[in-house]
Amino acid sequence: MSEAAAYPSTWRRPPAIERPLLRWGLVAGAVLYLVLAVGSLEVNWLRVYEGLERGWRFVAGFLHPNFTDRWEDIAIGMQESLTMTVTSTAVGILLSIPVGIGAARNLAPAPVYYVCRAFIAVARSFQEIIVAILFVAMVGFGPFAGFLTLSFATIGFMGKLLAEDIEDIDEAQAEAIRATGASWLQLINYGIQPQVMPRLIGLSLYRLDINFRESAVVGIVGAGGIGATLNTALDRYEYDSAAAILILIIVIVMIAEYSSSYLRKFLQ
Amino acid sequence: MLRLQGLTKRYPTGDLALNGVDLEVPAGQVVGLIGPSGAGKSTLIRCINRLVEPTAGSVFLKDEELTRLRGAALRRSRRRMGMIFQEYALVERLTVMENVLSGRLGYVGFWRSYLRRFPPADIARAFGTLDRVGLREFVDKRADALSGGQRQRVGIARALQQEPDLLLVDEPTASLDPKTSRQIMRLLREVCAERSLATIINIHDVALAQMFVQRIVGLRQGVVVYDGAPEGLTPEVLTRIYGEEDWTRSIRRDDDDEASPPVIEEACLEGLT
Amino acid sequence: MSDAALPQWRRRTTRAELGRWFGWLALVALFVFCWEIMTQDTIWAFVTDAPTQGADIVGRMLPPRWSYLNALWGPLWDTLNIATLGTLAAIVLGVPVAFLAARNTTPSVTFIRPLALLLIVASRSINAIIWALLLVSILGPGVLAGIIAIALRSIGFVAKLLYEAIEEIDHSQVEAVLATGASPAQVMDYAIVPQILPAFAGISVFRWDINIRESTVLGLVGAGGIGLQLEASLNVLAWPQVSLILVVILATVVVSEWVSARVRHAVI
Repeated sequence: MSEAAAYPSTWRRPPAIERPLLRWGLVAGAVLYLVLAVGSLEVNWLRVYEGLERGWRFVAGFLHPNFTDRWEDIAIGMQESLTMTVTSTAVGILLSIPVGIGAARNLAPAPVYYVCRAFIAVARSFQEIIVAILFVAMVGFGPFAGFLTLSFATIGFMGKLLAEDIEDIDEAQAEAIRATGASWLQLINYGIQPQVMPRLIGLSLYRLDINFRESAVVGIVGAGGIGATLNTALDRYEYDSAAAILILIIVIVMIAEYSSSYLRKFLQ
Repeated sequence: MLRLQGLTKRYPTGDLALNGVDLEVPAGQVVGLIGPSGAGKSTLIRCINRLVEPTAGSVFLKDEELTRLRGAALRRSRRRMGMIFQEYALVERLTVMENVLSGRLGYVGFWRSYLRRFPPADIARAFGTLDRVGLREFVDKRADALSGGQRQRVGIARALQQEPDLLLVDEPTASLDPKTSRQIMRLLREVCAERSLATIINIHDVALAQMFVQRIVGLRQGVVVYDGAPEGLTPEVLTRIYGEEDWTRSIRRDDDDEASPPVIEEACLEGLT
Repeated sequence: MSDAALPQWRRRTTRAELGRWFGWLALVALFVFCWEIMTQDTIWAFVTDAPTQGADIVGRMLPPRWSYLNALWGPLWDTLNIATLGTLAAIVLGVPVAFLAARNTTPSVTFIRPLALLLIVASRSINAIIWALLLVSILGPGVLAGIIAIALRSIGFVAKLLYEAIEEIDHSQVEAVLATGASPAQVMDYAIVPQILPAFAGISVFRWDINIRESTVLGLVGAGGIGLQLEASLNVLAWPQVSLILVVILATVVVSEWVSARVRHAVI
């Protein structure tokens, strides 16, 4: 132990990426990108400076939200948002079950698999608001377009997660059911459903939460809900009413989160 | 070296984990702390380095009272006490070397440790300690790539890197197979002899304790019920510590080859790789 | 021996069975109730006409106007920057919030933690496009509003997932480093950060991927990126341009998802 001098007295931590060229290349690339990205920002600082005063008014609005002046509009918007959330979540989940099963590699035949996967990819790639624009063009303004939008998005979201769950199941359990001579539907019912059900319920509650948040958005393009009220309030620079709407959204999301975590415990 | 006086710990739940423990450990002595689960063994050694705050009583290391220390003074006293853990408690995503060097954290400033620029003497010492525990080849491996026995050796190296006066060892072999357990215990006994460290080892396995320690302390419900030589562990004593059971088969027989006093054996490095 | 003498097996007790039926009934009733309210102003003629409308729009969309692609590179670059810079800003702001919100690292469980949690839920409740709406009204249109909107929405996401990861770390590693006499900053560097680093990288890249999708629509409210072109094309009903933009968005999202999956796979 005493011949410490025999041991090296320097040590460097081995780098995370071994090849120096790749390592420095990545660093240089990141720096270059940041420089270019920040350089291409065009900011009208005068406009921003003028905006600060409105920003303060918004912050002040948050401290003194005004629920009364636009209460009629807020109530209608909230009613549309909430009903749209409930109906679209229910319909979306129901439809996502066949899509999810169809998109599970271990259950569906190849053509069905590809069709379902493609549908899911498209449904997930487009932001709700783009879908809402198209639905508004098809069925006209109002919450029905919002309902269609959120149902569509729900199918994509739930379908993908459900398919992944089904692909991750314990094959042995499905094998055992298949070995009893069960039909395809019985296989789903006995071999698959018990394994994916708990997570499906959890995801449904989570999606309910997301759908409410999204229902506040689709109104911006005329698909009903609280978003339209919010848009109007902001157009008129009524920051105190806007703050009231935002606070309502936050409170409802909080309630939904707490009750869904409670509900999940209760169901298990 | 280490002296505990009336050490008491009551958890907020009301459980009295330690009840007035008095204990003195001289330098160079290896004490095996035995007792049933929940007897307060873990609490006892954590009260010494204040990972758990004792409710009453005092802890003297050399002549310094530890229970009143705070902040930097507490950290300075902690670096004199090396600790070894049951599940190794290595920082799994760091390399073996970083884990060993982390034993020097109490001695170096933040930026030095952040940039991994430890003093050359610390690095040389770390290589030396790793060599001592037989892991020279594993310096740049990540800790989670090692086997259980190897990880515990890194844990020992980390504690030794602190140049401690005292080793606190919490169930060092609970996650290891019997052969590796013996190797680890032997290594612990040797390094304690080499550096004349006072050592407290919490251990479940009575026979293993008898093989490797010089003194046994039995703890039951936070009270010391036995303190003496390993040979004094009769079935009556074990019943006093653990409760009623047929003890005759779990006590080491006198003809066991490990009974001889601590000898440094080459064999302790076998089966490492 | 008669059938009645055989022991009967039922999956649930009568009481549990009744409870389940009642639960389902309540859900169906809620759905019908919401459906009625939501559709009270719906003009069904438009809805039944939707397939024709949809077919008409698709007919106008095809084929996409490929030559318009050259006008999209600039907006696409802006979209990428909004997502990336917004994510970076969210990481910088979200990481401290996560440490304040995690039970095991917060300086005060009674005061600071609830505050941090409120910040997280507020940020998560409001969609990026609503933040953008607000910021455009305050700061004026442009990429800057988009970046800030993405950042504000992502702080909560990053902080929530990260603080959950912090709360799940192995405490014994922290104890071990603490026992060497390390200072709090050193404990952070040696025991906590190494444990959460993979989660951190995964969360960041995952959010970046989501942000690419979100930033494609921010232009609809004036916050820069490819959404501006979408808005402009919709306003003049230039459907072939709309379809091209949708194709570009789809491709971008698929590529970003692929990149994000690769990176996450590499770090875990």
